[in-house]
Amino acid sequence: MKRKKWSDYLWLVELTYLCLGMFNILFAWLGMIFFTLPLAIAVFGGGKAYCNRYCGRGQLLDLLGEKLHLSRHRVPPAFLRSKWFRYGFLLFFMTMFGLMLRNTYLVFAGAPLKKVITLLWVFKLPWQWAQVDLVAPWAAQFAFGFFSVMLTSTMLGLVTMLLFRPRTWCVYCPMGTMTQGICQLRNGKEMSQHGGTCKTGSGTSETACK
Amino acid sequence: MKLIKKMARVGRECVACGCCASVCPRDAIQILYGIAAQVDASRCVGCGRCAKTCPAGVIEMIEWSNEK
Repeated sequence: MKRKKWSDYLWLVELTYLCLGMFNILFAWLGMIFFTLPLAIAVFGGGKAYCNRYCGRGQLLDLLGEKLHLSRHRVPPAFLRSKWFRYGFLLFFMTMFGLMLRNTYLVFAGAPLKKVITLLWVFKLPWQWAQVDLVAPWAAQFAFGFFSVMLTSTMLGLVTMLLFRPRTWCVYCPMGTMTQGICQLRNGKEMSQHGGTCKTGSGTSETACK
Repeated sequence: MKLIKKMARVGRECVACGCCASVCPRDAIQILYGIAAQVDASRCVGCGRCAKTCPAGVIEMIEWSNEK
């Protein structure tokens, strides 16, 4: 049994974030940490350390699927791990993120604030009780948009956790795809030198291919 | 002496999430350069926990020999 580290409890951070966002939508801004930190770690040479050790969402899904036995533990369909799907989903996700930024700009330019949370990019939930007077309307609009993104991705993660393996979300997580892409750009050469001797073409484990 | 044992092999579509490395009881798996998982044949005992955990389903258990 491996000894628990402080980083094994980061699922509490994810859970707290979701609860705080429900309590006051402005806490959605804290989610920027979950966006910028993995990218910064990958860009500055830390590889996928965020996914591997510090992802609270991954840990939460693992906890629900593994410890609470909510997952069916089935192998997810192959298309989910294919490059076209992962990068396609990343592109779609970034497009929706761009639209959210556009809405923020429109409110900044004078359009009225929409107190709505959009789930799965389609279903609009009224969020009229939100207290957003503390900040400028554009900052509140960003919070609504950003929390919509976070809730949507959490929902997708939960559904694929229930249907397949606990951390199936990690397979097509846009942040994971982006950080892996950054690592490939940074370290692709070293990786091919390291694992390039594999002749079977079916693995990255050099030792397994000898 | 010829040694045949079971060990894990990681497929090409590894997403480098690190789930396999976190469950490996022998710390035989590391995420190489943030790109893919790599199994250390000398440490792997073929327990199969990584294969059961891998969310992408790209780890398979193979028969491995130290001789060709």
